[in-house]
Amino acid sequence: MVNTILTISVVLILLSVLLSLYRFIKGPNTADRVIAFDVMTIASIGLIALIAYFANRIVYLDVAVVYGLLSFIGVIVVAKFLEKSL
Amino acid sequence: MEILKIIGAVITLMGSVALLLGALGLVRMPDLYNRIQTGTKASTFGTMLTLFGLVFIFPGWTGKLIILILFVGISNPVSSHVLARNAYRAGVPLTGKTTVDRLAEDMEKKNVEPKNDAQ
Repeated sequence: MVNTILTISVVLILLSVLLSLYRFIKGPNTADRVIAFDVMTIASIGLIALIAYFANRIVYLDVAVVYGLLSFIGVIVVAKFLEKSL
Repeated sequence: MEILKIIGAVITLMGSVALLLGALGLVRMPDLYNRIQTGTKASTFGTMLTLFGLVFIFPGWTGKLIILILFVGISNPVSSHVLARNAYRAGVPLTGKTTVDRLAEDMEKKNVEPKNDAQ
């Protein structure tokens, strides 16, 4: 029962990553691509937590913390770059 | 304890539905600023719910999951705010249906030249 519900939610999160990948490829501006990247990585944090459930390992949550930190720093760096150059 | 696990799984399912709706808004919205609003709000809420559902399933993981929830809840609004502000300063156009732009009025009042002229 629990495994079935969590498998459905993994499928939904993968669909949301695919939808934001569409915006990442098509987006007219650089900022559109950056916000699509942000949504993709934030959805991937939930996906990594669900993978940690299926593999039954708590170590994968550390991977999720580092992944979120890198995404945060990346978005802020690109945003500062946008203001100065465009 | 089976009922607690099922409650946690349903909370996780609600979070992933919120993530899916956020990504759908990211595709459907006409404008960068609307995309930032729908995408970031819904994805922050969805990820926090997804992680919170796992607390019920594995009570031993509560510490790290709470740290992750706090981190996502702090960092994601900050990064989207910085992105929206710098995109406006860089002159990313608004959509054609915009009726009021308070930031441009404030910038005119302070004699700062607004780069954004899509009205």
